[in-house]
Amino acid sequence: MTARTLYDKIWDDHVVHQAEDGTCLLYIDRHLVHEVTSPQAFEGLRMTGRKVRAPEKTIAVPDHNVPTTLDRANAATMTEESRVQVAALDKNAKDFGINYYPVSDVRQGIVHIVGPEQGWTLPGMTVVCGDSHTATHGAFGSLAHGIGTSEVEHVLATQTLIQRKGKNMKVEITGSLRPGVTAKDITLSVIGATGTAGGTGYVIEYCGQAIRELSMEGRMTVCNMAIEGGARAGLIAPDEKTFAYVMGRPHAPKGAKWEAALAYWKTLFTDEGAHFDKVVTIKGEDIAPVVTWGTSPEDVLPITGTVPAPADFTGGKVEAAQRSLDYMGLVPGMKLTDIKIDTVFIGSCTNGRIEDLRAAAAILKGKKIKDGMRAMVVPGSGLVRAQAEEEGLAQIFIDAGFEWRLAGCSMCLAMNPDQLAPGERCAATSNRNFEGRQGRGGRTHLLSPAMAAAAAITGHLTDVREMM
Amino acid sequence: MDKFTTLTGIAAPMPLVNIDTDMIIPKQFLKTIQRSGLGKNLFDEMRYTQDGQEIADFVLNQPAYRKAEIIVAGDNFGCGSSREHAPWALLDFGIRCVISTSFADIFFNNCFKNGILPIVLPADVVEVLMADARKGANARMTVDLEAQTVTTSDGQVFGFEVDSHRKHCLLNGLDDIGLTLEKVAAIDSFETRYAAQHPWS
Repeated sequence: MTARTLYDKIWDDHVVHQAEDGTCLLYIDRHLVHEVTSPQAFEGLRMTGRKVRAPEKTIAVPDHNVPTTLDRANAATMTEESRVQVAALDKNAKDFGINYYPVSDVRQGIVHIVGPEQGWTLPGMTVVCGDSHTATHGAFGSLAHGIGTSEVEHVLATQTLIQRKGKNMKVEITGSLRPGVTAKDITLSVIGATGTAGGTGYVIEYCGQAIRELSMEGRMTVCNMAIEGGARAGLIAPDEKTFAYVMGRPHAPKGAKWEAALAYWKTLFTDEGAHFDKVVTIKGEDIAPVVTWGTSPEDVLPITGTVPAPADFTGGKVEAAQRSLDYMGLVPGMKLTDIKIDTVFIGSCTNGRIEDLRAAAAILKGKKIKDGMRAMVVPGSGLVRAQAEEEGLAQIFIDAGFEWRLAGCSMCLAMNPDQLAPGERCAATSNRNFEGRQGRGGRTHLLSPAMAAAAAITGHLTDVREMM
Repeated sequence: MDKFTTLTGIAAPMPLVNIDTDMIIPKQFLKTIQRSGLGKNLFDEMRYTQDGQEIADFVLNQPAYRKAEIIVAGDNFGCGSSREHAPWALLDFGIRCVISTSFADIFFNNCFKNGILPIVLPADVVEVLMADARKGANARMTVDLEAQTVTTSDGQVFGFEVDSHRKHCLLNGLDDIGLTLEKVAAIDSFETRYAAQHPWS
C-alpha cells in the first residue's frame, strides 16, 4: 500500500462518494454550531421541511455575542439584535433536538474550547463548524475546518460536506523551544514565514520535537491559527498526551469502545515516506517571543525588533504595509518594546485555556498592572474559569488589577460589549489584528498570554524573558 | 440561488492585498438572522466615516463605480473569518464576480453557494484587468462562465479555470443540498458501515 499522510488516512475513512471529477462527499462526525453563522441555516431547513440528520452529532453553544460581565443574566446587558440571535439558537437547539449548552450552563464557553473539553472532539474524526477557527480541533488528529452558513445547512441536512481534497503541507518544528517561548510564538512565527496565503489549498500537519513537547492546550493554540496562514485545517498526530487528555471526558468512549477507539487512534500517523506537496522546517531554538506590528497576522516580528518600513516589502505588500502603519499609528524604526499599550485582553479560542491562564498568572503573581491600564481575562469556558478559581489563578489576576470575566469570545471579535475605542491600543492573545477587528479604529498587537501579562505590568510591549 | 451565465458590467479596482472578511462586512452587521440587506454595509468602515458619511474617494462611492458588478482585487481576497455574510453583502450590493490572483478557501467556497463567481488569474492578467477597471464606468468587462473567458473593454480575452462541478451548479443555479440528497442511499450505507467500524463515533 502507498505511504499515506495523516490527512490522507482521515480523508479516506470519510469518503461517502467520489464523482469522476474528484469531487467528494465527505462524512462529518461532529458538527459544532454557534449563534452567529447558524440562524439562516436552520431557517433554510424549516423552509424546505428538512430535519437535522444526526442531532446526536451536533453540538451548539452561544459564544460570540454573549456578554462576559457578571451581570449577564440580566437581558439588558445585551443589545436587542444579540439577544434575538442567542434566543434563535436556544429555539433552534430545542426544535431540532441537538446537544446544547445555554448561556446559563457552567459548561458554556467558546465552541472550540467546549468541544474538546466535553470529549466531543476525538482523534480521526471530521469536525466542522461555521467558524474559521475550527482548525483548533486538529490538535487531536482530527480533520477540522471552518465552513460557511450554506455548508452548515448542508451538514445539518445530510451529515456530509461536498469537498475536494486539499494538498499536504508539513510544518516541522525541530528541537526544543527556549524559555519564554510558547505555542503562540510557534504559530505566529510559522505565519510570519509562510504569509497569510502560504497555506491556501493545503492541510498542514505540524510535527517535530517542539510540537511533541507541547501540551494539548499548546497544540490547540498552534492548530487554531492554521487558518491565519491560509490553511483550512491544521493537524497534529495523536499520541499518549492526546489519549490522556481525552480519557474520562463526558463524551469520550468508555470500556470496550475506548479500547477499540484507542487501537484505531494508534494508526493515525503519517507513514514513513508519505508525500508532502510543501515542507516548511523551522528550528525551535530560533523562535523568539513575537508580536504583530501591522494589520495582518503575517506582520510578525521578534519582540527585540523594530517597526519595518514599507520599502522593506515588495509588490502589493508595500501599499498594504503603509496602510497598516497609518492605521496602527506607528513609524518605521521604532523599537517594538517602545509601543505603549492601553488595554490587555487575555482569552479567545486561541489562548483561553487553563494553561494560558497559568502562564499569564505566573508573570503577574504579586505584581500590579500599570496605572490606567484596562486589563481583562476572559476564560474560554465556564469550566476553565472554575478551574482557575480553584487553582488560585483568578485571585492573582484580580489582585494584579485585571477584570475576571465570564466565558465567551469577547474582545477577540468584539461582537459583544467588550470593544476597543478608536485609537485604543491592545495587547491581545487572540488571533486577528485586522483593521477594526476589536472595535472600529482599535489597534491590536497579537502575542502570547505571558507576553500579554508582561505588557500589562509595564504598560508597553515587553520581552517577557526579562521578567522571568 | 440565481444562475450565473454571462455578465457584462462595470468592474471596480481594489488593488489592496489581503482584503479580509472583517473589511468586507464588519462584525456589528453579523447579528442579523437573515441573508438579505447587507449591501448597504458592504466595506462599511472603508466606505463610511464613524458618523455614517460616505468617504468620497472609496472606490464604490465614486460615481463611476456605484453600480459595479465585478471587483478586481489584490492577492488573497476574502481571508479571515468564515462569515458567509461577506458574499451575502457583496451579492446584495450587486457584485456577481470577483477576480484576483488568489482567494482564501472558505470565502472562495462561500461565493459559489451564492451565485458569485470568484475567478483566479495570474498576476500579469490581473494587472491588465485592474488597468481596464480603472477606466471607469464606460469600460464594461464581460465574464462568460460557459466559455470560461474574461473580456476587457478593449476586447482582450483571457481564459480561466473553474471546477467542473461548481461550474455546473452555477450555470444552472443548483442547490447543493438537493443534489446531495439524491445520494441519500450512499450516505445511509456509509453510516451503517462506519458505525460498525467506529462504534465510539
